[in-house]
Amino acid sequence: MSAVADTHAQDHHHGPAKGITRWLLTTNHKDIGSMYLMFSFAMFLLGGSMAMVIRAELFQPGLQIVEPEFFNQMTTMHGLIMVFGAVMPAFVGLANWMLPLMVGAPDMALPRMNNWSFWLLPAAFLMLVSTLFMQGGAPNFGWTFYAPLSTTYGPPSTTFFIFAIHIMGVSSIMGAINVIATILNMRAPGMTLMKMPMFVWTWLITAFLLIAVMPVLAGVVTMMLMDINFGTSFFDAAGGGDPVLFQHVFWFFGHPEVYIMILPAFGVVSHIIPAFARKKLFGYASMVYAVGAIALLSFLVWAHHMFTVGIPIFGQLFFMYATMLIAVPTGVKVFNWVATMFRGSMTFEAPMLFSVAFVILFTIGGFSGLMLAIAPADFQYHDTYFVVAHFHYVLVPGAIFGIFAAAYYWLPKWTGTMYDETLAKTHFWLSFVGMNLAFFPMHFLGLAGMPRRIPDYALQFADFNMVSSVGAFMFGATQLLFLFIVVKCARGNGEKAAAKPWDGAEGLEWTVPSPAPYHTFATPPEVK
Amino acid sequence: MHVHVKRAGALIAGTLLSAPALADWTMNMSPGATESSNQVFDLHMTILWICVAIGIVVFGIMFWSIFAHRKSKGHEPAHFHENTVVEILWTIIPFAILVIMAIPATATLVDMYDTSEAEVDIKVTGYQWRWRYEYLENPGTEGDPEFGFFSNMATSRDEIYNRMDKNENYLLDVDNPMVVPVGKRVRLLLTANDVIHSWWVPEFAIKKDAIPGFINEVWFKVDEPGTYRGQCTELCGKDHGFMPVVVEAVPEEEYTQWAANLREAAEKERQLTEKEWTLEELVERGEGVYATACASCHGDDGSGGGPFPSLRGTPVVTEDVDAHMDIVVNGVSGTAMQAFGSQLSEADLAAVITYERNAWGNNTGEMVTPKEVFDYKNQ
Repeated sequence: MSAVADTHAQDHHHGPAKGITRWLLTTNHKDIGSMYLMFSFAMFLLGGSMAMVIRAELFQPGLQIVEPEFFNQMTTMHGLIMVFGAVMPAFVGLANWMLPLMVGAPDMALPRMNNWSFWLLPAAFLMLVSTLFMQGGAPNFGWTFYAPLSTTYGPPSTTFFIFAIHIMGVSSIMGAINVIATILNMRAPGMTLMKMPMFVWTWLITAFLLIAVMPVLAGVVTMMLMDINFGTSFFDAAGGGDPVLFQHVFWFFGHPEVYIMILPAFGVVSHIIPAFARKKLFGYASMVYAVGAIALLSFLVWAHHMFTVGIPIFGQLFFMYATMLIAVPTGVKVFNWVATMFRGSMTFEAPMLFSVAFVILFTIGGFSGLMLAIAPADFQYHDTYFVVAHFHYVLVPGAIFGIFAAAYYWLPKWTGTMYDETLAKTHFWLSFVGMNLAFFPMHFLGLAGMPRRIPDYALQFADFNMVSSVGAFMFGATQLLFLFIVVKCARGNGEKAAAKPWDGAEGLEWTVPSPAPYHTFATPPEVK
Repeated sequence: MHVHVKRAGALIAGTLLSAPALADWTMNMSPGATESSNQVFDLHMTILWICVAIGIVVFGIMFWSIFAHRKSKGHEPAHFHENTVVEILWTIIPFAILVIMAIPATATLVDMYDTSEAEVDIKVTGYQWRWRYEYLENPGTEGDPEFGFFSNMATSRDEIYNRMDKNENYLLDVDNPMVVPVGKRVRLLLTANDVIHSWWVPEFAIKKDAIPGFINEVWFKVDEPGTYRGQCTELCGKDHGFMPVVVEAVPEEEYTQWAANLREAAEKERQLTEKEWTLEELVERGEGVYATACASCHGDDGSGGGPFPSLRGTPVVTEDVDAHMDIVVNGVSGTAMQAFGSQLSEADLAAVITYERNAWGNNTGEMVTPKEVFDYKNQ
């Protein structure tokens, strides 16, 4: 696509290199952004096909398709691939493409490191996925890999899993450094911090979260590595270690991690809703403060994942209150989005449809999150399908709908071609119905008492599981349509896109032609 | 309140999906069998309704905007984009609602954490993949021998692999349930032998992790006699989905009688070690032990599968007796092979080893007696 863009370049810069070296050696933020997005979509399909295996096995009670051993490998790999392979790289891809265009910079601050951050990922995931073919099978202890199940009792491939996590962590940290360096140093003259677009703000805060917690993840897997291979006993009670320590360290990473996966989506939606309501974002300053507050609180709530491990009552109360507090800034954001729509002049193209669905369904995930925060009630919800419903409601219509919304919103800028609106709306409605059919009944299953991560279930759970599986197959199949829509658009098959295809859109990215030339903002624009 | 909710749920399910069996479409938590679990249920319903109310207001305004303020209706956009009063209000009001939620939650939690003054103490140990219940000495039972037993899932592999119709309590049935007296404060002391497990009975609102090296405490008092079922809720490996929890609450006299019977049986078990055994007796007993303790990994016919080695004609099983005993008694560290020495009686250990050495064509004709196992364990 950018090969076409080259002819639009007004300056004297060279265009992209020819052949494979363009992709291997590129330092161009647009190329790297595209590679991140393509990689993450491939991982989305891979992780999704594992979810299909899970839902096929759970279609009926009894064991039909896979054995419990393999079922556990599927739940583990599905979680790891979706979190580290699909959602996180997709947002880094969006950051690569859009941050320089939004702040008026010619590229990311550290372009060579950018190339390396990306190319580490295929290596890491090749190693992670290869564990499926190793003796003893892939990691089978859940994406949260609690010790000692993952250490003393883990399969031999666990060491490869640990190394893959290390590499992903290095990639994420470098990506985060790049984002911070770009945003803090390369903004166009006149763009003060409080004039930055929301996507830039949310990514700046996300990058700080990444730098804070990825080393903690690296620490916890390193302790596992030592326990498994070098005879230490960090998490082995028999050697004086502490299995609960693992959970504290893991969730100190894990809770901010869930905000890492949602904050950039908050940013995306804060652009799209004003654009299609044709009205400025309501409460810009409070939006920024709310994101900051959520990020700070995310460091103080980790033990709400551990209400059943037996922490003392004062710990229990502290983490319950702190977790409930997160509802305040999150509520502010939802109210602001609704107030932006209120008395606007709305149209509902695909990006807006995904964004509106984001606000509604993410809020439902927020409600169940609030319920989970109530420690005594959490004794009933914990580790049941209610939790599975909760985090899929914040991740699928949250993070993933946010990514779809962003893709449709910026595709005309990336490719110079309008995507097929009818197909995109079909993609939305099938995804919307499939997703709700798959995940809403999980609330009922959890409340009725079905534990998570089980390959087979008691008979009273049969009906809703079948509904859920049908919804999941529908949602899964629909994503091939998205692939078709994007490929069609990237091949220039559609209406030519104007520099600013959305009449309500604002921001520097719409001041460059569509498709965005290979090199943009060689001279910084002036922001008033 | 809950009755209405259940009816409404059943009605919705019935009309929308025209379900043949309404009972299966359970949409909500059920009220419990203990005072604490009813408090938790009320708490759950309170928060649920608060969330529903907030949802109706917020989504109501949003849907009305979507309906009325669209370009196709010729609606012109307004120009406001901030309002300090409104923004402060919608920060303070949610905070106040949270405080209202936190008060009953705190009270319930404090009550649930008070594990003092227990009348029956039971130690619960999680194993891959079964529970062990040990009844500790309590006021009134001083001097009596303590007793304990394993609680294994009773659902057959034929049911799981769809070769047989599934029982009504499919996956939720055990061979030996925990038995407790009604109307008494029962305290559980939870720990685990290998990985982390979690003991859950929804009707008691008790879910507590059983963690190696830790002892967690919970308490409950059941008022109505009955059978209460739950499951392990912390991923603990291959058969995590197959380690149910069953608690039978019975009147006190019945409980006392049951406990006396088990103490007596425990005494008999000790005598079994002393008894003189024949090869046939051991093989017969061993077949039963094998089916509950070994078959889920090594297969009904000893052929193994996946990472689990076959026992047919394997040198460990057909040659060196000491090596065989070592693996069964002490397990193999770093693998799923557990140390059964602490899980099975000497008689059962001897029986299963003898059985393995004489089944499926391993016709060694050798036998290992309970006394030999006892000596091996104490050497």
